Amino acid sequence: MLQQQLVNGFVLGATYALFALGFTMMFGVLGVINLTYGVYFALGAFAALWAAKAIGLSVWLALPFGAIFAGCIAIVIDTLLLTRLRRAKAPELSSLMVTIGATLFLYTGLSVVYGTEIRRFPLDFAPSAAFEIVGVRVVATQALIVVAALLMAAGLIWIVRGTKIGLAVRAVAENPDAAALMGVNGGLVTHLVSFMSGALGGAAGVLIGLNFNAIQPFMGENMMLRGFAVIIIGGLGDLRGALIAGFLLGIIEVLTAGYFASAAKDLIAFALLVLTLWVRPVGLFGRAAAKRA
Amino acid sequence: MRIALVGVFAAALIGVAAAQTSKEPIKLGAIEVLTGPNNRYGIPAQRAFDLAVEEINKAGGVLGGRPLALAYEDSAGNKDQAMNAARKLIGRDKVTMILGPTLSNEMFAVGPVVNDRKIPIIGTSTTATGITAIGPWVFRTAMPESDVIPVTLKTARDRLGIKKVVVMYANDDAFTKSAYDVMKDSLAKLGVETLTTETFSGKDTDFTAQLTKAKNLNPDAIVVSGHVDAASGIILQGRQLGIPKNVRFIGGNGFNSPKLAEIAGEAADGTLVGSPWFVAKKDEVNQKFVKAYKEKYGDDPDQFAAQAYDTMYIVAKAINAAGGTDPEKLREALQGTKSYGVMGPFSFTEGRDPADASGVVVLEMNGGKFRIFGETS
Repeated sequence: MLQQQLVNGFVLGATYALFALGFTMMFGVLGVINLTYGVYFALGAFAALWAAKAIGLSVWLALPFGAIFAGCIAIVIDTLLLTRLRRAKAPELSSLMVTIGATLFLYTGLSVVYGTEIRRFPLDFAPSAAFEIVGVRVVATQALIVVAALLMAAGLIWIVRGTKIGLAVRAVAENPDAAALMGVNGGLVTHLVSFMSGALGGAAGVLIGLNFNAIQPFMGENMMLRGFAVIIIGGLGDLRGALIAGFLLGIIEVLTAGYFASAAKDLIAFALLVLTLWVRPVGLFGRAAAKRA
Repeated sequence: MRIALVGVFAAALIGVAAAQTSKEPIKLGAIEVLTGPNNRYGIPAQRAFDLAVEEINKAGGVLGGRPLALAYEDSAGNKDQAMNAARKLIGRDKVTMILGPTLSNEMFAVGPVVNDRKIPIIGTSTTATGITAIGPWVFRTAMPESDVIPVTLKTARDRLGIKKVVVMYANDDAFTKSAYDVMKDSLAKLGVETLTTETFSGKDTDFTAQLTKAKNLNPDAIVVSGHVDAASGIILQGRQLGIPKNVRFIGGNGFNSPKLAEIAGEAADGTLVGSPWFVAKKDEVNQKFVKAYKEKYGDDPDQFAAQAYDTMYIVAKAINAAGGTDPEKLREALQGTKSYGVMGPFSFTEGRDPADASGVVVLEMNGGKFRIFGETS
């Protein structure tokens, strides 16, 4: 049973990590509290669902479709709501307030269009075969989620650390004004990061929607609280931290439910969150890793 | 002479009055949600009332030839509007009895008002606990979930030989928690062992930890109290984890939804759920009702229609038994009414709730559709 529970925890952790990657990037680089992230998650899933049903796209095309759609919406929302605040150097509280409003607006809009009941991708949309290896059962979609989380984290770290674009992103994260003086186009970098985090959120929505078969307008809201815990435990803006914190949280949650009490499962994320803020407020890997990433 | 004249005059008057009353319809009022999103509960009730009134009047009405006349008021699912509707029905339309309102929270507002006016009121779809505790004039014909679950579990135990189960419930919702309390209670009464009780949150999407634990305990069945979203996820993930098909999922009312098969697909096959009524019930009264309803409205009736249909016949029977429209007599007659309708045998308890749960049917999911458990279709 332990092996199975560890696999369960690993898969659940992968969903948390997948969700948190784009979220932590948005926080770390753009320096704003943008609560609309949960909406990108739902939008990605709904866009892919639409593509699968209306156009008949396969999962391999519907996934990027959902991601790109969510990324574009993220640019629009960031431009509409946050560019002005950034220009006016408004306090962080204003970005929080404006995105709370936008989030409620978008969630309600989605539920007006789609209703609040759950939906799923078509039954034969993705491989759903289950494998049994030494008594442990893994479903194809679960393996897909773990691989996707690892690949996306690796790709993202490579972009941020190993490319010229990444250098510009890091420069803007460190100090937008200095970066602008050095000739970095801050507006473009902001758009790029918005797109990347929105697309990551959207892709996470598609994959997690695929795994749990529960696509509904508020699916992102349920993930947001866990997402917050993960990015704070991992360190704001720290991609590697988010990945590891996500896996850690998933595994601890599953072990708690499996060996202690399922009622205590929801307690873990927030206990870890408080603990992190107590003993290691900068997150697992220390330093404001956001800017180092 | 003068006295005699008055006497003749009076006799004539009485004669006229008697002749009038013998044809005069018995006025009843119904408060239903006819507009707004919850009219999916109110409209079937209205249709079934109309069907039953039509049948009763065609067969000669009540009290030896008086027809039933039913006036509707729309509550739109709003309890203030429902309350005004009740006042209007009692004050202006002078109805003998009120049927409805559709929703439990409307009844909590309307019930006390009608109870104060000493007019009988019967809820046909109000299942919340405490409805009939409002007062001695408040009745209900809707079967509460606490009567359905024990029948489901007993049937499962008797027919499948279930001895040990795992129980799972959503612990953040009053509805699923109260259903869980009933499950716990009746499992204990039936002598079925509960290996473990696992909780989840109604918003959860991952249940693998609880289900892996459940699988390892080798239960004969898994009993779940949750809404259909969580229920579908649990069934799907349970089968993915390799919980064998002979380990059935047994659910509360949250499972009683076509959404279950839509989300869980063939993993949902074999799932058991209890229901106060089922469209394909084979007895003659039910078949006749389903056929008449379908002919009149083009759709299959649902549970809300069935409850309303039976209620109208119960009302007619009570009026006949009371021999008139005196509210006090009518109330006593209702209390003593015994009938057999589409939901099975019916009578009221001392507390004015349905007394007989023998009409409850246990349904089994098969190929994406419910059928009566044990019947092959």
